[in-house]
Amino acid sequence: MAEVFVFVAAALMVLVGAAGVILRKHPVHCALSMVLTLFGIAILFLAMDAQFLAAVQIIVYAGAIVVLFLFVIMLMGVDKAESLSVEPLKGQRPVAIALGVGTLVMLLAAFFVHGGKIRGVQITGAQAAGGAAVGGEGNLKALALSLFSDHVFAFEATSVLLVIAVLATVMLARRPPKQISLEEFSS
Amino acid sequence: MSLAALPSATLAVLRVTSSWYLVLAALLFAIGTMGVMVRRNPLIMFMCVELMLNAVNLTFVALSHALGDIGGQTVVFFVLVVAAAEVVVGLGIVVALLRRKPGATADDVAMLKG
Repeated sequence: MAEVFVFVAAALMVLVGAAGVILRKHPVHCALSMVLTLFGIAILFLAMDAQFLAAVQIIVYAGAIVVLFLFVIMLMGVDKAESLSVEPLKGQRPVAIALGVGTLVMLLAAFFVHGGKIRGVQITGAQAAGGAAVGGEGNLKALALSLFSDHVFAFEATSVLLVIAVLATVMLARRPPKQISLEEFSS
Repeated sequence: MSLAALPSATLAVLRVTSSWYLVLAALLFAIGTMGVMVRRNPLIMFMCVELMLNAVNLTFVALSHALGDIGGQTVVFFVLVVAAAEVVVGLGIVVALLRRKPGATADDVAMLKG
């Protein structure tokens, strides 16, 4: 009963936030709607015994990524409402909505048609050797064991990836260096 | 059994199964897809991509929970790292775009061609 209530509340947060992202005119409102979605997903992670990921979800997504979005919105002065009634390509919106609904239908079909029933999806396949999912206090330990034994090379590669991303962003975002003229230099 | 007792009795036996999470993730992914196709502000298109990534994360954790395997959660950890890197580079591109033309839309990205 309680878990049903938690699921429904978190699912409402997720869906209302997602609708806000695609329907609000103002970019700041979109970013704040995204925070609602991210918190809802963190609650769902907690409900599924993924405590570490719930914490990381809030720290990395709500704490870092959304703040980065807000910085760009406010520093670049795009915090103006966008007119949603403009439709530059005729008929693009109905096609987009039809494609979105089609994606939904195909995803649901992929989930459920194979199992042949809606309630209780049939999950097949052997247990991987990655270790058992543990909730509560053991969650962090189980995740760390998997991360630092089976996936340690991928983990090291992510550090390289982050360094490259930081370098790339510095290169992308910096202004072109000003040419100092000879007179200016000698004076 | 009276009619009023029926809903609470139904609620009491309801169990949250992993299919509920999968349906929610599919809905979230579809909303994100629509947003990427409909919105023209590059920043908001990015946010919709983040929604889609979150939908996939939710699927991973739901199946990890259902199968009792920690591997799904490990993958979500990597998705988080890659998403952070992707947002950093993407926002760098958006900043470069907006610096050339304030109020740029998705139509103006070709402007960045060297």
